[in-house]
Amino acid sequence: MDGTLAVFNRALVSYRRLWQASVFSSFILPVLFVLSIGIGVGGYISDVGGVSYLDWIVPGVLASTAFQMAVGESTFPVLGDFKWVRGFHAMRATPVRIADMISGYQLYIVFRVLIASVVFLGVSALFGAIHSPWVVLTPFVCALLGVAVSAPTSAFAATIENDSYFALLFRFLVIPSTLFAGVFFPVSQLPELLRPLAYASPLWHAVELCRAATLGVAPPWPVAAHVAYLLAWAGLGYLLALRAFRRRLSD
Amino acid sequence: MIYARGLVKRFGDFTAVDGIDLEVAPGEAFGFLGPNGAGKSSTMRMIGCVSTPTAGELRILGMDPVREGPAIRARLGVCPQTDNLDPDLTVFENLTTYARYFGIPRAEGRRRATELLEFVQLTEKSGSTVDPLSGGMKRRLSIARAMINEPDLVLLDEPTTGLDPQARHLLWERLFRLKQRGVTLVLTTHYMDEAEQLCDRLVVMDAGKIVAEGSPRHLIETYSTREVVELRFGDDAPATYVEKLAGIGERLDPLPDRLLLYSADGDAAVNEVHRRGFTPSSVLVRRSTLEDVFLILTGRTLVD
Repeated sequence: MDGTLAVFNRALVSYRRLWQASVFSSFILPVLFVLSIGIGVGGYISDVGGVSYLDWIVPGVLASTAFQMAVGESTFPVLGDFKWVRGFHAMRATPVRIADMISGYQLYIVFRVLIASVVFLGVSALFGAIHSPWVVLTPFVCALLGVAVSAPTSAFAATIENDSYFALLFRFLVIPSTLFAGVFFPVSQLPELLRPLAYASPLWHAVELCRAATLGVAPPWPVAAHVAYLLAWAGLGYLLALRAFRRRLSD
Repeated sequence: MIYARGLVKRFGDFTAVDGIDLEVAPGEAFGFLGPNGAGKSSTMRMIGCVSTPTAGELRILGMDPVREGPAIRARLGVCPQTDNLDPDLTVFENLTTYARYFGIPRAEGRRRATELLEFVQLTEKSGSTVDPLSGGMKRRLSIARAMINEPDLVLLDEPTTGLDPQARHLLWERLFRLKQRGVTLVLTTHYMDEAEQLCDRLVVMDAGKIVAEGSPRHLIETYSTREVVELRFGDDAPATYVEKLAGIGERLDPLPDRLLLYSADGDAAVNEVHRRGFTPSSVLVRRSTLEDVFLILTGRTLVD
């Protein structure tokens, strides 16, 4: 546990130095999205299933911000700590265990996602987009989503030698997920054949949970099923990361 | 501190370390001398418990590096060959974040960081980020970082490779202070002057094997002569003079650019060369060094 906290501490100290660089993508961009699409595009849309488009899109943007942040923070920073900074090699020379490296970094992802979620929710409340006290659960849904995508992305980053693979990851997984996993329009609009792809994305499950919480309605699947799906990604991702880090740091 | 018998490390078909025996005693400064690819770093990685031996027995601080890695690493200080400092953090933060990896409480970590920066003469740079520091300063910071857990054993992998002469001397002087404090140092190097400066005892490694062992002085006395004469003959190939100068000194080694003549009395050897009617374009008589020992043992130079 000490080791995990030490790794978390290092990530926090780095963040304290470099937080300005991520202010735009973490805090400003999501708000711009809500303004331009929620209010701008929303002006042309009467409502989605009985709620205004702005109210409908806020939980989606909330979850997709967490999604993109968690993936992004697990690509270059993780590969960099193997290849350029070699921070994991530095830890490897100390009592810190490989599991601590992964857990400590996941703790940092949770921290980043929680802060971004709370700030975004505050802004959304000013627009009157929050309709249920269940909203207090959404930061935790976002944190779970964060781990569910950050852990497998870390595993991927620990496996590759060349950062050009990240472009593929964004092009074929992150961007399609953001576009089609129920953030901007209901998955029911998709052709029936494509819907399972949206259901497969962890983002869709978090979007539906957040939407249910901010609007005060029931999600499409039982809450436990959505949560279990995200937990499965987190758990499997963690094991994959453990294996990938071990391979990279031992011989 | 370190005990190894028949230690082997293989990567697929390639044998990096080929059955070496070692013993390092507390307070000793012990060196691995050898060219690149001799197996020094692979041995260091096994001692640092980040690489599993393929075969043989290895004990570090009386423990088994495979089963008790974290417990051993808690008492080691490692200064790696490639710097792995955090470039965006300050010099001071690099030490305090690293202290936490050893479970050192915050306040104690700050106290040690201040003290160590003083020791490696980086106090003025405490608040600077690492990126703009010179190579020598980064290496000194790495050494300070390796000392943060007050280790029993410090591993230094090529501590001065890539540094300018002034930075090297400052680093040697700091390492010598550590040695005086009774810290056990184990270092690898392909510089013979570094080995002579720092090591009480060293092993010469070549192609994964130990080819000689002893104190620098002992190695020179055993394998080389007291003095060496370096002869150059303008544009003539040095090898063509081997036969002509046969019998002078104890041994002749032709290198591409010069001929080495090993002799207990260098001046007498030079006189004999002149007496035979040869006039080298340049003559240098010097004391024998570990470089000569390495050349005699392996037929190759250390740094090529």
